[in-house]
Amino acid sequence: MPETHNSATCQVPRELQFPFSSESILRKRQAFRRELLKRPGLQPVKIAILGGSTTADVKSMLELFLLAAGLAPSFYESAYNAYYEDVLFENPELWSFKPEIVFVHTTWQNVSQFPDIRSSEAAAKQRLQTEMSRFEAFWEKIRSDLGAVIVQNNFDLPRLRPLGNLDGSAAQGRAYFLQQLNSAFAQFAQKHSWLLINDIGYLSAQVGLAEWFDYNYWYSYHMAVSPTAAVFVGQNVARIIQSIYGKSKKCLVLDLDNTLWGGVIGDDGLANLVLGRDHPLGEAFQSFQRYAKELRDRGILLAVCSKNDEENARQGFSHPDSILKVEDFSVFKANWRPKPENIREIADQLNIGLDALVFVDDNPVERALVADQLPEVAVPEIGCDVTLFAEILEREGHFEAVRIVSDDLARTAYYRSNADRSSFQSKFENYGEFLAALEMTAEIASFQPVYLERITQLINKTNQFNLTTRRYTRTEVESVSVHPAYITLYGRLCDKYGDNGLVSAIIAKVKDGIAEIELWLMSCRVLKREMECAMFDAFVEECIVRGIQTIIGAYIPSQKNGMVANLYPEMGFRCIEQESQDCTRWQYQIPLGYQLKSQYISRIMPKIATVCGD
Amino acid sequence: MEEMFAQLEEIFRDVFDNSGLNVNAETTASDVPGWDSLTNINLIFAVERQFKVRFALGEIQELNNVGEMAALICKKQAVKH
Repeated sequence: MPETHNSATCQVPRELQFPFSSESILRKRQAFRRELLKRPGLQPVKIAILGGSTTADVKSMLELFLLAAGLAPSFYESAYNAYYEDVLFENPELWSFKPEIVFVHTTWQNVSQFPDIRSSEAAAKQRLQTEMSRFEAFWEKIRSDLGAVIVQNNFDLPRLRPLGNLDGSAAQGRAYFLQQLNSAFAQFAQKHSWLLINDIGYLSAQVGLAEWFDYNYWYSYHMAVSPTAAVFVGQNVARIIQSIYGKSKKCLVLDLDNTLWGGVIGDDGLANLVLGRDHPLGEAFQSFQRYAKELRDRGILLAVCSKNDEENARQGFSHPDSILKVEDFSVFKANWRPKPENIREIADQLNIGLDALVFVDDNPVERALVADQLPEVAVPEIGCDVTLFAEILEREGHFEAVRIVSDDLARTAYYRSNADRSSFQSKFENYGEFLAALEMTAEIASFQPVYLERITQLINKTNQFNLTTRRYTRTEVESVSVHPAYITLYGRLCDKYGDNGLVSAIIAKVKDGIAEIELWLMSCRVLKREMECAMFDAFVEECIVRGIQTIIGAYIPSQKNGMVANLYPEMGFRCIEQESQDCTRWQYQIPLGYQLKSQYISRIMPKIATVCGD
Repeated sequence: MEEMFAQLEEIFRDVFDNSGLNVNAETTASDVPGWDSLTNINLIFAVERQFKVRFALGEIQELNNVGEMAALICKKQAVKH
């Protein structure tokens, strides 16, 4: 029976973390599944697997890795190679299953026709277009009828190259055709945020084609990917799905000595640090720094947690070959206190959960201590060979993104200016004075098309200030935004330090003169700024305009939203129903002469939309 | 041979998640709950990995019990060395 080394139920078991033994996972899958299903707080998710070949192993592996990520999948699985028919002929079982995610497990064998050796270049191009049209029709139908997000395999390379080297460069080559198709798939994904590519072109190369495709398993069972390959497919698709559901990590916490540079700055001094191209190891440390810097550039926060005098630690970054600078870090903890304490403070200061952190340290003793004391923090076993640090981090998919949204790019700037906000606060005796001095303005209006992407992202990743934890797909957000019977509001908060971005959303359904709040959430970045009061004021105003006097809201408790258990009574609602398991329903009658609740936030009209920063 | 049966039993216990399972030469699919065409594939894969052998196309269908599987594994291992 596999032991789960982590006492916390929210950590991925060590045996399922990279580097894993695929043989062992396949063999012990039933026991792993049984153990993982015991975990509390699993979030259900409905996934349809549409296969172009046998999908049994891919399904069982996907299930394991999803469970390890805190998601409990229920599956629809198409009959053997029925992916296309299931959609085009609207299989009633698939249609009534209403999947949230559709995973299309096709491989190179599902290409309906390759160019043959006699094809002209023009004929080969035509085949490509035909194949692309076939897939586009398939995807558009899934999207319009089922509204699901699609995770689509691109194409792996076949083991056999009938044309030898020309297979990859001649117009008639099969490998060349597949490369073109992969390129066309990528371009479609760039234009349609509801389609995500599962890159088996990369996975098959990484696993190695001889491991990826097993002739016996193909001919005997029509498994287009070997059992070993299925482990990697399952892990990779689970990564994508957990990112869709907002479970990717937000902050990388880094040790310094022998993690970001070779040597110990306190002992060796700046001049003797091993960093830079003069030394093989120095070049490797630089590469790892570059990887961290690129994470930061796409919105992942960086923090330092090092056992060093602060001055020494900062000095290391003035090394001419240091890619990272002190300013790249949102929090800088260099002291002699135990690392778990420091890491807890890092999470508090950034206002994010411990489960949004990844801790990287070459020292196994430090890693073990943090893993033991802070079980929610991800502590990859990066070993002590710097050449592998970035890869071990990346292959676990901690920072998987499904889209680069401009709010992400602005995030690191926000957290830097938040440090200014924190030091600002300590100057004020009276909290109200502090709020007033922030000079806050909020843009609150109904959902605008330019914000739909960001709103959908916020809806799917906000867990704490969230009354109902109800998730909406992008299609659903779009349809409520134009539906006359729905009231939608987004809130974007600015203050004298900068723009906090889009931080809150409300969706309410109007029926028989009553507005029922289905969704009310807010980002933890703006807690205690009374933004929720500003949102409620705007909501009441909209209700008054529509002649609505009664507002109803439900509080559905989850593992993470205890902070809003009393939000409705604090707003003046009274309890009308106590349902099972602490779910409560609340009602509010809008009084004549409603008094605004928000005192320190001025409401402004929406700006004309610009490309960046929205 | 005894060592092989011990290892086979471990594989069966893992694949079927049944720590109390006992396996001998006469064991067939009808003796083990959960042994169907899907779990059969998992079993074959685990056996191939454990003993570092490959079953050729068609060989598995001819096996009637675990004893015959063990004999076939032995034969393949003898050929290698």
